[in-house]
Amino acid sequence: MTDFKTTKLQKTVLNLTLLRGVISIGALLLFWEIGSRLHFAFFASVPAPTEVIASLNKMISDGKFWKDWVASYWRVMQGFVAAQVIGIPLGLAMAMNKNFYNFMFSPLEVLRPIPPLAWVPTAIIFWPTTELSIAFVIFLGAFFTVVLNVLGGARNIDERMLRAAASFGSRKSDIFWKIVLPATLPSIFTGMAVGMGITWEVVVAAEMIAGKSGLGYFTWASYVGGNYPQIIVGMISIGVAGYLSSGLIRFIGKRATPWQRQF
Amino acid sequence: MSDHNALLTVEKISKRFSLGPLRQLVLDQCSFALEEGRLTVLIGPSGCGKSTLVNILAGYENVDSGEVRVLGAPVRGPGADRLVVFQESALFQWMTTYENIVYGPTVMRKRSKAEIHADAMRLLEKVGLTEFKDKYPNQLSGGMQRRAELARAMITNPKIMMLDEPFRGLDAMTRDLMQEYFLRLYEERKQTVLFVTSEIDEAIFLADRVLIMSNRPGHIKHVMEIDLSRPRTAEILTSTEYLKYKEESLEVLHAEAVKAFSTGSKAAADFLAGYAAQEKNLHTPR
Repeated sequence: MTDFKTTKLQKTVLNLTLLRGVISIGALLLFWEIGSRLHFAFFASVPAPTEVIASLNKMISDGKFWKDWVASYWRVMQGFVAAQVIGIPLGLAMAMNKNFYNFMFSPLEVLRPIPPLAWVPTAIIFWPTTELSIAFVIFLGAFFTVVLNVLGGARNIDERMLRAAASFGSRKSDIFWKIVLPATLPSIFTGMAVGMGITWEVVVAAEMIAGKSGLGYFTWASYVGGNYPQIIVGMISIGVAGYLSSGLIRFIGKRATPWQRQF
Repeated sequence: MSDHNALLTVEKISKRFSLGPLRQLVLDQCSFALEEGRLTVLIGPSGCGKSTLVNILAGYENVDSGEVRVLGAPVRGPGADRLVVFQESALFQWMTTYENIVYGPTVMRKRSKAEIHADAMRLLEKVGLTEFKDKYPNQLSGGMQRRAELARAMITNPKIMMLDEPFRGLDAMTRDLMQEYFLRLYEERKQTVLFVTSEIDEAIFLADRVLIMSNRPGHIKHVMEIDLSRPRTAEILTSTEYLKYKEESLEVLHAEAVKAFSTGSKAAADFLAGYAAQEKNLHTPR
């Protein structure tokens, strides 16, 4: 359907954007490389990109490095899935029932501003194993975001649509499954994507404090062991892992809400 | 009063809105009836309480006094016997055109899937949306959305269908087209319809009966039986009967506008300007 001119225009714009991106990243890397080789003020003990790449090369064939990936992913999935399984129904229930909403809202609002990491000491005391405490803290990181997004989405459904549904004589179950749930789906996925980002922030910090494995632990251990290029490898790994997780959520979200596409 | 059965009756309803210390009487002892199988058009100056009236009939709002009855039974809330099509699109954004249309009969659980499907396909064709049945509402034009909405309402065969300025905001050409689509649907099914509009031409073109509403506080000022043969086409817009009806309704509306104007309503000033133009049109051959 798109005619030739638009396609060409889009291509040009895309290329320009891509080109600018490549140039800026390249310039940054070059600046960093030169800075660390010449021992500029801030770069005195920062490893150069070439050293990082060499270290990364070595790590890729190291089984222990991948075990850290798996460990972090496993923790993220546990906490994240638990947050969805509990948070989504809770948010929907709060949106559907006013009494339940009034009952739950205040405690949630009090607990929400507490940063997940402030929960670490309590979690360690409360849960029998360190592993469970970390999973719990991760769960908390995603939980509040999920609940509030679901709640906000479900409460902001267009009044006209609810009226239209009511005028067809819809049962309460129809309203929930055919109106409220699909109408809230975009907010559910927004909550998931944001929650996933927080989950990665939390897992890394929790592993640094209390972990024996994982990418956060890997990064911290590299620092303690004085292997500086490996710190950067750990940081990049965390970034890539988080990006892949959020990307997966966005991918699923787009397919689950096809009506949001404009063509 | 006529040989038609009153399906819905509105008996002396009054409605007051209060906003802090401000209290505004919107409907004052408003009474009328909707006759079975007929298309009744409600017309009135803007802000006269038409939409409030529709919300009350639909059961979304309560009255302060008076009563609305359907076949003698008082109305106590929304119900599938009275369906409303609103000014703005209320299509479910997450359902395709087809899914939107079958929603009503599906949740009513009275007809089989096959029956519903056949009826939906027929209606889709009637409103010219067969090709667009798998599109989502935001992929349809404004006119298409209105047609999908008409089909979605018609398929449920409500006892009473109410349309609150359904074609407002569409461009003139689309609007004419929509009126013809709508008449075709109505003339086929002969449902009981209340059509609310602020356009005189639209009112007379569609109606069996026109109810003219007064200014706020609203009540029915004048009733006109429209004796134009069906099926109707755009040609009747130039017939002498049509012009007679138009003049009659303009006179009532004009009197109302003058009244409102003397109390300083901006809407009334607009109407008077429009009226002057309409009058000129009326006496110049098309």
